[in-house]
Amino acid sequence: MATTALFFLFAGFAIACAVSMVYHRNPLYSAISLVGVFIALSCIYITLAAPFIAAVQILIYAGAIMVLVVFVIMLLNLEDDKPLNRLRYLYAVGGGLGLILLVQTFFIFYAVMRAPKQTVDADVTVGKTLSIGTAMYTEYLLPVEIVGILLLMAVIGGVILARRLEQPKLELVVDNELERRGEGEIKDEFRIRL
Amino acid sequence: MEAIVKTIFPFAVVSIGILLAFQGVLMIVAYTVLAERKVLGWMQGRIGPNRVGPWGIAQPFADLFKFIFKEDIVPDKSTKFVYFLAPIVALTCALMPIVVYPFGPAITTIDWSFLPYGLGEGITQLPMTIARIDVGVLYVLGITSVGVYGIALAGWSSNNKYSLMGGLRSSAQMISYELAMGASVIGVVMLAGTLELGGIIAAQSGSMFKWYIIPQFIGFIVFLIAAFAETNRIPFDLPEAETELVAGFHTEYSALKFALFFMAEYVNMFTVSVMIVTLFLGGWYIPGLSLIFEVGSIPYALVSHIGFIGNICAFLFLYIWIRCTLPRFRFDQLMNFGWKFLLPVALANVILTIIVVYFLNR
Repeated sequence: MATTALFFLFAGFAIACAVSMVYHRNPLYSAISLVGVFIALSCIYITLAAPFIAAVQILIYAGAIMVLVVFVIMLLNLEDDKPLNRLRYLYAVGGGLGLILLVQTFFIFYAVMRAPKQTVDADVTVGKTLSIGTAMYTEYLLPVEIVGILLLMAVIGGVILARRLEQPKLELVVDNELERRGEGEIKDEFRIRL
Repeated sequence: MEAIVKTIFPFAVVSIGILLAFQGVLMIVAYTVLAERKVLGWMQGRIGPNRVGPWGIAQPFADLFKFIFKEDIVPDKSTKFVYFLAPIVALTCALMPIVVYPFGPAITTIDWSFLPYGLGEGITQLPMTIARIDVGVLYVLGITSVGVYGIALAGWSSNNKYSLMGGLRSSAQMISYELAMGASVIGVVMLAGTLELGGIIAAQSGSMFKWYIIPQFIGFIVFLIAAFAETNRIPFDLPEAETELVAGFHTEYSALKFALFFMAEYVNMFTVSVMIVTLFLGGWYIPGLSLIFEVGSIPYALVSHIGFIGNICAFLFLYIWIRCTLPRFRFDQLMNFGWKFLLPVALANVILTIIVVYFLNR
């Protein structure tokens, strides 16, 4: 009974935060609401006997990714979002997609109602550290490795995109000096690579 | 009636435990502030606060009443909601890890089965931890990483350039050093084979030579340095560098809201000290104590608990000592040190531990 009450508490909090995320015009308020959604979701994971997933949810989404998002919003100091005047047909598209999502939700409710009742033993649930680790490094080793390589590629790509590859100023000074002395031909020998 | 009592009873017991633990931690934190002022005074050839009560013993309470009764000034152009939210977030995230601290060994008590409705069925032990979570280490790291929001939002909402710079610096610093901190913990977790704080202490009990400070000395040093940066203490207190930023992210905060930030900083110091003692120094385990007292008896638990708190106080003293000793880093030095030295060293330590553990377990 207590678990049910807690579930409704956290689920209500998650939905309220999600609605506030969509409706706020200020991007920083939206980001804070999204953090609220993540925290509420991780509380629900704990009530479902999946502490590892809950901890990772907080550590990665709320603690790392959203901090960077908040950081960018604060640095750019974004203006409030204005309602769209052009592209009004997007409202219809968004409404249609929302309707599909709603139908899906009701279908899931329906399927859950009809499914036979199962009781899960709390010791062997998938949310424990041991079961996740065992599954990841035995049965699903190849997908884990592939995802690891993908993430490494993303990291390297990010570093390359963020680095400015313009020519250093020092070189220009050396070039100008050599040209002034009339020794422009031997420029390449004095070129400094940074 | 029975159903209601059965539902409420566990919540009531846990609530009492949380109240006691919070009270204890906050008292230690209050006296850490007094100790810091006293020790700073002695190291600088002064006397320190000595007017309120004998030897200045009531100074923390005098400070508290001052904070409560001061005028609460809110900047006119601040973002009000976020401005009020920030100190709450900071202190909440600092206090939440207290529930997983292993304060001491379990005490064997009387059989509680005389309680009505079978509430005390089979309970003969009183644990000195509020919640034994399967992922205690990750929980502490995760909650402390959420604490960054308090500082970042405080800097943004104050509508002050010094606050904003302080908030940005602080979040950049905490994100950078969090990585090194997490990587230095991995070695310990690998050796202990568990993420639960009580399990890590159990893996280190038996002898002083089993403490992870010996096989994980590099991890210990990395964790200690990262802990200083995580708590924004000297030599890493760039967010509140007075000479550049007035008071950093809390420039515009006064009265009780400032006190909340102040308390959050000292509770964070306490948290990282608990983590250092638990992960590397065997937690509450005192070598040879089981020869004197029976394991599970009240004196055993009490002496272990005092030893644990004493260890933590030693690390709190180290914080104050370092504050008197070292000057402040420059910001680019701080970033270079974190990313180009501390993180590679921590990762090398992880790889070394993997190799050693692999060959030991073959």
